[in-house]
Amino acid sequence: MSNVRVLVGTHKGGFILTSDATRQRWDVRGPEFAGWEIYHIKGSPVDPDRLYASQSTGWFGQQIQRSNDGGKTWAPVGNKFVYDGKPGTHQWYDGTPHPWEFKRVWHLEPSLTDPDAVYAGVEDAALFRSIDGGDTWHELAGLRQHTTGSAWAPGAGGLCLHTIVQDPGDSRRMFIAISAAGVFRTDDAGETWRPINHGLRSEHIPDPNAEVGHCVHRIAMHRSRPRTLFMQKHWDVMRSTDAGESWHEVSGNLPSDFGFPIDVHAHEPDTIYVVPIKSDSEHFPPEGKLRVYRSRTGGNEWEALTNGLPQSNCYVNVLREAMTVDSLEPCGVYFGTSGGQVYASADAGDHWSAIVRDLPPVMSVEVQTLP
Amino acid sequence: MIRVVLPYHLRKLAQVDREVQLLVDGQVTQRALLDALEAQYPVLRGTIRDHVTRQRRDFVRFFACSRDLSFEAPDAPLPEAVATGDEPFLVVGAIAGG
Repeated sequence: MSNVRVLVGTHKGGFILTSDATRQRWDVRGPEFAGWEIYHIKGSPVDPDRLYASQSTGWFGQQIQRSNDGGKTWAPVGNKFVYDGKPGTHQWYDGTPHPWEFKRVWHLEPSLTDPDAVYAGVEDAALFRSIDGGDTWHELAGLRQHTTGSAWAPGAGGLCLHTIVQDPGDSRRMFIAISAAGVFRTDDAGETWRPINHGLRSEHIPDPNAEVGHCVHRIAMHRSRPRTLFMQKHWDVMRSTDAGESWHEVSGNLPSDFGFPIDVHAHEPDTIYVVPIKSDSEHFPPEGKLRVYRSRTGGNEWEALTNGLPQSNCYVNVLREAMTVDSLEPCGVYFGTSGGQVYASADAGDHWSAIVRDLPPVMSVEVQTLP
Repeated sequence: MIRVVLPYHLRKLAQVDREVQLLVDGQVTQRALLDALEAQYPVLRGTIRDHVTRQRRDFVRFFACSRDLSFEAPDAPLPEAVATGDEPFLVVGAIAGG
């Protein structure tokens, strides 16, 4: 019988939740790396016992931890993230040039084929790769050195590369997203990149249709349809069916199209999930009701999923890394909140329950479906 | 032996007790002490000083002999009592944040 392992990163440590395939009773272990910010924990799809965790504090900087036994034990690996060449500048909040400065790793994306290969998305925005299990890191500098790089500017959360999506059908193609630059694609394994933001419209920037400058919060793909991408932008939920060449809004009847996470059902590539947030100024659910919205049509037509979720006085947020799906049947959906709850649904969103409460604010949630 | 007291999170990371002891060759300066500390505990590289600039991280402070040495030149001699091991060199996480 299969098991599931949920990897939760919080402001004050990491937690590992495990259950059998019924997903009714959960064992909670942690905190790992207590007192540190754990931006992300993710397992290798090739070797599920190989986990990587991003651990940081403002005091002592960045650590990367690696586990070879599914999180029972961990060891620090390489933490030296040095930009390639002379880093140059990007745009600061006031429009002036600002030197590129490494701050932290937001996202770790293990390779689809090699457990020792892993990508890191960092702030200030850049993409690094390790091919030795995290011991050493090297920048894929073609991204940051794109001609638009000097014009990239941070969002409120910093100039962060937060999303890395590998194309399962083409090992040379990868998508990344940066707040607040937009989405970029490589077709040559990271050597060169180009922005793919045509169709995005952001009213809060000088040119709403600019090539870069869009605050993309998250992109998601179903592995059976790698040319179809879904996006939760600062405002607007978007879809592309041509690998990002063009984007079309699919916000439809959502109560708000502002939000952070977006994900795709494991077995239904047209079924997607978002968690609407009231606005960019009020980061909590509309009307104090925590609702996941599901579209079975790839967007535009959305239904509220509320069974088991608080429907009054709820003012939590759900961050971009904090929603995921397992690959069991029926598909499980998980998300964590700034209030420290991790909610799970074992039936694709029809019913929800909190599988743990009162953790520190949740920054990321990943799940592994184990044999 | 030079005595160094590390803050909680760095003790956990290096898997050591509150105080560690170091051998420092030559003149005992802040740079020589931190070089020896990082050589003995490589996991501490990047946690006290930046990997590239070798500058003290903003929220780390150095104290010894009731003095704040955080802004001393890295190659200035540390107090004699630190060099003789009579007083520890304290690495402190600054009071900041929640």
